[in-house]
Amino acid sequence: MSNSTWNLEPSLESAAQVQIKSQYELFIDGKWQAPLSNAYFDSVNPADESPLTKIAWANAADIDLAVSAARSAYDNSWSTMGGAARGKYLFRIARLMQEKAKELAVLETLDGGKPIRESRDIDIPLACNHFFYYAGWADKLQEAFAGQQISPLGVAAQIIPWNFPLLMLAWKVAPALACGNTVVLKPAETTSLTALKFAEICQEAGLPAGVVNIVTGYGDTGAALVAHPNVDKIAFTGSTAVGKQIQKACIGTSKKLTLELGGKSANIILEDAPIDQAVEGVINAIFFNQGHVCCAGSRLFVQESIADRVLEKLKFRLQSIYVGNPLDKNTDVGAVNSKKQLETIERYIQLGLEEGAEIYQPTCELPSSGYYCKPTLFMDVAQSARIVQEEIFGPVLTIQTFRTIEEVVQKANNSPYGLAAGIWTDKGARIFGVSQQLNAGVIWANTYNKFDPASPFGGYKESGFGREGGRHGLSAYLKFSN
Amino acid sequence: MEILKTYKLYIGGQFPRTESGRSYAVLAPNGKHLANVCQASKKDVRNAVQAARKAQASWAGKTAFNRSQIVYRIAEMLENRKVQFIEELAAMGLAQQSAEQEVQMSIDRCVYYAGWADKFQTLLGSVNPVGSSHFNFSVPEPMGVVGVVACQQTALLGLISQILPLLIGGNTVVVVANTTQPLCAISFAEVLATSDVPGGVVNILTGEVGELLPTLAGHMDVNALSIAPIDSNLQNAAQEAAIDNLKRVRIFTDPLHVKSAQGLPYIADFQEIKTTWHPVEQVAGGAGGY
Repeated sequence: MSNSTWNLEPSLESAAQVQIKSQYELFIDGKWQAPLSNAYFDSVNPADESPLTKIAWANAADIDLAVSAARSAYDNSWSTMGGAARGKYLFRIARLMQEKAKELAVLETLDGGKPIRESRDIDIPLACNHFFYYAGWADKLQEAFAGQQISPLGVAAQIIPWNFPLLMLAWKVAPALACGNTVVLKPAETTSLTALKFAEICQEAGLPAGVVNIVTGYGDTGAALVAHPNVDKIAFTGSTAVGKQIQKACIGTSKKLTLELGGKSANIILEDAPIDQAVEGVINAIFFNQGHVCCAGSRLFVQESIADRVLEKLKFRLQSIYVGNPLDKNTDVGAVNSKKQLETIERYIQLGLEEGAEIYQPTCELPSSGYYCKPTLFMDVAQSARIVQEEIFGPVLTIQTFRTIEEVVQKANNSPYGLAAGIWTDKGARIFGVSQQLNAGVIWANTYNKFDPASPFGGYKESGFGREGGRHGLSAYLKFSN
Repeated sequence: MEILKTYKLYIGGQFPRTESGRSYAVLAPNGKHLANVCQASKKDVRNAVQAARKAQASWAGKTAFNRSQIVYRIAEMLENRKVQFIEELAAMGLAQQSAEQEVQMSIDRCVYYAGWADKFQTLLGSVNPVGSSHFNFSVPEPMGVVGVVACQQTALLGLISQILPLLIGGNTVVVVANTTQPLCAISFAEVLATSDVPGGVVNILTGEVGELLPTLAGHMDVNALSIAPIDSNLQNAAQEAAIDNLKRVRIFTDPLHVKSAQGLPYIADFQEIKTTWHPVEQVAGGAGGY
């Protein structure tokens, strides 16, 4: 079975329903402001490499303006208006996002390359729900931390990645505002558009000027934001390497830091698992969002007795994955986010071959322009192989087998990362037994890649520290004093 | 003639001399020689980390109730040796009344944290009402091996205030004791050795913070650091060394020997949060109530 035998008629979502401006400025102090350097960078659609727009490139002077605006909004309105009022603004923002959900979904797909099915059904609804969830916390913070003295931190600097642009914005902005902080947020350079649309939503919601500032740019923009002395909190989601640089930059300051970094999560299938469900789970774990997922189940461990059956089913399933135009509602795997990321993934695939692993890719055809990568399996990989140890951030799965539970726990934990893990078995007692042994912040048992505003998310070890979501997510944005 | 006590290190439940063979003199404020103590080396730090790692899984695997009982046992042992600790504190320069107060507060703190051992999970964990058909819950888990630079203002209370919230949470620790007033730390190790704390759960080193902290902070098998108020250059260097394996670093700016320096946040700071999802089957016929 291959894509061609499905013979699916394209079912394209219309891109005409979104208006993309020819140029975007910085959103500082409630106004659109041209960057002081007058520098702009190009943003392209990764699905076909067509130019989308030009976006302002903020420098340290722009960051200074944004931090000042956030500081004055913190002092003069946001920290003094009370939790109930803050909550009402957040509820209003959530509603406006819901009203514009379709537009946001199409924009997200055009800008980032993810399948419209995912941006429509997962990213955007979860982002809206995140604002709804934290809106309700804004006037209940003391109840969340009974017996403790809490206060907001001040100005939060937030830097987010390109894999779930609006959703990561929601994870950062919603709890920060609920706790009484103001924010300066820098989206990733390849995916700024939904953050800029969010700025329009803040204006429409009547949010006081300066409470949310959006500064676009590359790594230098982020570095200037991290280094700014008037920032009280830094929240970063991205690579472990950059996370460590940020941690270093914070030494000797009183900036509170939370990091949500990389992963190389183990997905474990035990011999008593419901195999068809587990295979679907594996597909979702690694190919969701082209594998651009920090918690992707990128290391599959299958118990030896069922390895042949699982592999056969996986290969069969791979043939029916539809790789193509992200705006097509049939598409399962869309475009890789950028040329740079595609090159990284291709380099790792090459490396896997050089390391002697056996490769399997489906026979599907890829679109002639744009950045695409076939879903890829690697078998016969060594625990020490670089494709097993390093985060690839693409649709590449390594498959290892194991005999005993002790062995698989040891292998799963043999990684500097500790973000997530999956376990598939019909035995309840075994789920709890194994998951207690796994050094990971999120355990998906008989499921994978599920997210919810009420559910704390974050890693152990070099996957970062701090949690986002749930009551635990509030701690990252509050000061605790005795 | 008085028999003088030999103060050694406490590693893996044993009292070895430092492998370096070095020692230094502990003096009273009036200059009187009180004792010689071991000047631990980097190798001792590595040995202690190894012992702490070896002990960690089984310590975390004990029931919370059991850890509570063990910490209460520390309080009992401390009460038993009250006089010795008061004498040591007084010898190192504390007024009699302050010494008595510090020992009493130390005992009280043991009782306080013994009570927390099987309760903080209820407050730090949660069942989360997710929007899909899943059962979802979060539980705290120990960070693992924690490096501790003990309070340098007090000899006993600061140390106890730092390590007990870690212990009841299932962590094991490697402690660099108060450098100039180390006697109580080693006597406390004797208390631990005679209570039911398994060897390796607490390891105590005496020596120079500046020499030992960099090794502790850079050690790839240490998961977190708890640093009492010390020189800021040392703190910054430790933070930098900690980045390699992304240690969680808690630097205390407020004193730890005060009455208010206890509570849930001291426990929470050294716990990870693990969240588990499992599907919930939709059972036919369920009306969701009566």
